[in-house]
Amino acid sequence: MTVEAPGRLRHALQAGRFVVTAELGPPRGADAGAVERKAAQLRGWVDAVNLTDNQGANVRMASIGACVLAQRAGLEPVMQLTCRDRNRIALQSDLLAAGALEIPNVLLLTGDHPHLGDHPEAKPVFDLDGVQATWLARTLRDDGVLMSGQDIAVRPSWLIGSVENPFAPPISLRGRRLAKKVAAGADFVQTQYVFDVRVFRRWLGDLADLGILERCAVIAGVGPIRSLQMLEILRSRVPGVAVPEDVVRRLRGVPADRVAEEGVRLCVETVQELRATAGVAGVHLMAFGFEHGIPEILERAGISPHRSAPAAVGGTPLATSVVSLEGDRHAR
Amino acid sequence: MARTRFYARLARFVEGRPGLYRWFTTAERMSKESLFGCRMCGQCAMPATGYACPMTCPKQLRNGPCGGVGSDGACEVYPTLRCIWVMADERSTGAGHRRDLDLLQRPVDHREQGRSSWVNYWQGRDEALWTDATTPGPGPLLHRDLGLVPR
Ligand code: SF4
Repeated sequence: MTVEAPGRLRHALQAGRFVVTAELGPPRGADAGAVERKAAQLRGWVDAVNLTDNQGANVRMASIGACVLAQRAGLEPVMQLTCRDRNRIALQSDLLAAGALEIPNVLLLTGDHPHLGDHPEAKPVFDLDGVQATWLARTLRDDGVLMSGQDIAVRPSWLIGSVENPFAPPISLRGRRLAKKVAAGADFVQTQYVFDVRVFRRWLGDLADLGILERCAVIAGVGPIRSLQMLEILRSRVPGVAVPEDVVRRLRGVPADRVAEEGVRLCVETVQELRATAGVAGVHLMAFGFEHGIPEILERAGISPHRSAPAAVGGTPLATSVVSLEGDRHAR
Repeated sequence: MARTRFYARLARFVEGRPGLYRWFTTAERMSKESLFGCRMCGQCAMPATGYACPMTCPKQLRNGPCGGVGSDGACEVYPTLRCIWVMADERSTGAGHRRDLDLLQRPVDHREQGRSSWVNYWQGRDEALWTDATTPGPGPLLHRDLGLVPR
């Protein structure tokens, strides 16, 4: 038996429509209102939101709880799940819970090391890596078995997401690394910030050669750099983010009070460039603390709103548009 | 270290004698620790990683580098160290074994921690450690292979 799968993101990807997802960082605090406020800013503009899992190894409300709050607020969630704090037992039980709560998308990743977060003294788990966790999710969903080989009574039906950074060394390995994740079970991938479209396109070329683009939807990560301070942080303190020289020059070349606008303009241009690039299924907006600015960015990039089902607000958001997993698997 | 019937018998012999097994495991630990920084996970992946030990990665990734590798190849967790997967890529490419990094590595069995990977290898127990990701067989991809108990 399979829980029937709803899902805007799934349908949009199947239909080949350019999708929009966004990051929504759960709050530090038992604060349902914080999730609802951010959700209200994004509602109507995105196909799904990622609820991050203690992002940057900093303690936040659990992704699964924030997913339920986002659902209630009429947004489709993507539940992020890292291997940093969970062994294979906990990963499987959280995935089952996501299935039971009708969370339509899960995204498995290795996660940041505790050293980089607010509890650097914590014990890192990393029982599985991101590839193995993706594999585990796929086995659970498609074969209905736990890692122990035991059957599960009801199979979940979420779409399985993954992440990749096309800009981190060894660059030549990055396409093949995604190929592994796709072989393991990734249906879609969201990338690290794309500031360098040329390098990104080369990576897409590798994916095309590997036959990955037919099997996995590539959603490109984007976000505005809104101050020179943020630029410095991205360049020196966030591992794995590559900001090319011409972007740095552009942001430094405008008066201090115009940096924010220039950053937004750059982001708009990047979205437009990506939209015009074959093989890009959509964009994933990461605008921490600037969620209210996402509609403006999308609008200026020529992407129209009305993406979330209005019927979802207040009701059971996932009761509509049901499709079985079988059909999807053959389509992809 | 080739797997032959001779080594399989040797491994069985060693495993059957606790004192000898301890001595043998210590010898393995000492040589591999100093050469590769081995952590004695008991399921050696190094033949497929250009002899860069994935268990020395702070996240113990067995399937390739995380997304945080610095532009100079530094580890995101300990920036004074090189990412072991950058080393694995260089070494396996240099040795003409680039495709080895495409293998899907199965999760580690933590019960083997501290035990001899040589004894395990010689007895053929490592055969299921990895599988080929690039040539999926018939049926829905490779996900069937994850379950430790075959169906
Ligand atoms: S940078 Fe390399 S060695 Fe460091 S945690 Fe990431 S994969 Fe492991």
